[in-house]
Amino acid sequence: MKFVRRNAVWIANPLILAVFFLIWHYYIVIFDVSKFILPSPVAVFGGLWELLTDPGTFRHASITVYEALAGFAIASVTGILTGAVLGKVPWLERTLNTYIVAAQVVPKIALIPLFILWFGFGPESKIVIAAVLAFFPIFTNTLFGIKSVDLGHRDVMTSLNASRTQTFWTLEFPSSLPAILTGMEVGIVLATIGAVVGEYLGGNVGLGHLAVATLNAYEVDSLFAVIALLTFLGFVMYLAVIGARRVIVPWHESVMVEKRPPAA
Amino acid sequence: MNSQIDVAEGAAATRPTEIEFSGIEKRFETAEGTVHALQDINLSFARGEFIVLLGPSGCGKTTLLRIAAGLLRPSNGRVLIGGRDLWQNDQRDNKAVQELGVVFQEANLMPWYNIEQNIALPLKLRGASKQDRLQRAHELCKLVGISGFERRWPRELSGGMRQRAAIARALSYDPEILLMDEPFGALDAMTRDQMNIEIQRIWMQSERTVLFVTHSISEAVFLADRIILLSPRPGRVHSITDVSFERPRDMRLQTTLEFQSIVRDLREELEEMG
Repeated sequence: MKFVRRNAVWIANPLILAVFFLIWHYYIVIFDVSKFILPSPVAVFGGLWELLTDPGTFRHASITVYEALAGFAIASVTGILTGAVLGKVPWLERTLNTYIVAAQVVPKIALIPLFILWFGFGPESKIVIAAVLAFFPIFTNTLFGIKSVDLGHRDVMTSLNASRTQTFWTLEFPSSLPAILTGMEVGIVLATIGAVVGEYLGGNVGLGHLAVATLNAYEVDSLFAVIALLTFLGFVMYLAVIGARRVIVPWHESVMVEKRPPAA
Repeated sequence: MNSQIDVAEGAAATRPTEIEFSGIEKRFETAEGTVHALQDINLSFARGEFIVLLGPSGCGKTTLLRIAAGLLRPSNGRVLIGGRDLWQNDQRDNKAVQELGVVFQEANLMPWYNIEQNIALPLKLRGASKQDRLQRAHELCKLVGISGFERRWPRELSGGMRQRAAIARALSYDPEILLMDEPFGALDAMTRDQMNIEIQRIWMQSERTVLFVTHSISEAVFLADRIILLSPRPGRVHSITDVSFERPRDMRLQTTLEFQSIVRDLREELEEMG
């Protein structure tokens, strides 16, 4: 029993997946679902094999990943910078607050055609879309982090006569890192969505474009294969950001899970 | 040790003045109106004295300590640290602030630094080399009794040990004055007794001036050379009590009649305030 409990994740997950594929398969067999609506898992695996062995796939996938990562990088730098500046300058934040809220509630997906108009059908427009989508969670979380700095810690820095720069680098920035990383976790997912949706609507490369192309060709099993590949790539990028937490904030509650008993 | 006993016997009068409050007044503007926190505080403390500020909650003892630390500006009056005006033209005087080490009720260690980085933080801000910083942190860990925990995260330590680290941090740059705001208020009674013994030892080794805020009468009598009793609304000096027990004092002192009679007198004074 102990073995099962300790390895629950490794035993349960393959089982859940197997059950999922079986239900999927027999649902199609029993209800005789058209392969244009829902292909069988076997057909999807076949499509996935074809997709992965096709030399063109690598180019599509790398373009999508490049657009998502470039947008995410731009969003991280600008989001952390604006968040930090507005967090440090309260009057500026109060002045700009209305505009920030307005910019946040605009359904940004609706702006994609505009970005394609402005930045063309190439990867640039997708990078901009990815960056715009990922910017807000990173920005708001940074702002929240800087504003939530513990007052007792501020007293310490004041009593030590620390300069504003010193206070930023030894207190405000590290104290905000857990919040910034939370924003980045949301940001990487939104950046991927931005890149793919951008490819749906314009251009002729990328996995988003491939999804639309397979749909137009009625190759539904290939469409599922593209979705599976996109999910996998998004998952890897998300895990990379999650994993960064262990390296960047090893001291934080979210990472330190009872590694050692407290000292007496 | 002789010089320390001199302090207890009242030789303090011949020593130079380290902290001086003259005509201190503090008002806070709140939504409900003006709160008069402190009025007409005139006190001066000699170098090497252990001074305890005692009083009921709301008497302004923490406010007075924060004024001494330069964390709050008095509405009126002057604070002199080693003869220097703490506030000059709306700015805190750097030389005066450098002589102040502050220990708060919470340890307030930075969770992203390990214990030795926390202790050495003031030295880092002053631009000391990494080697000097680590060496000093190591010595201080020994002084406050947390050797072996240099590389631990603050949250891995108990409350008492974190407070020891906070004291070490305040001592790291060798300030002349230690300002302590109910530093052991959050600790259990046993740890608190132990910390009182420790702070006495550290004070005797370093010959610093200590200004210590507490609302515990027995803690005040155990530690102090002089107890400043404050009365509330607005905070004023109610009485000053000299405590001249020999040092080092140990916990058995608390069972003596002399000790208990000082405690009783102070308690009566506190009860009269209501």
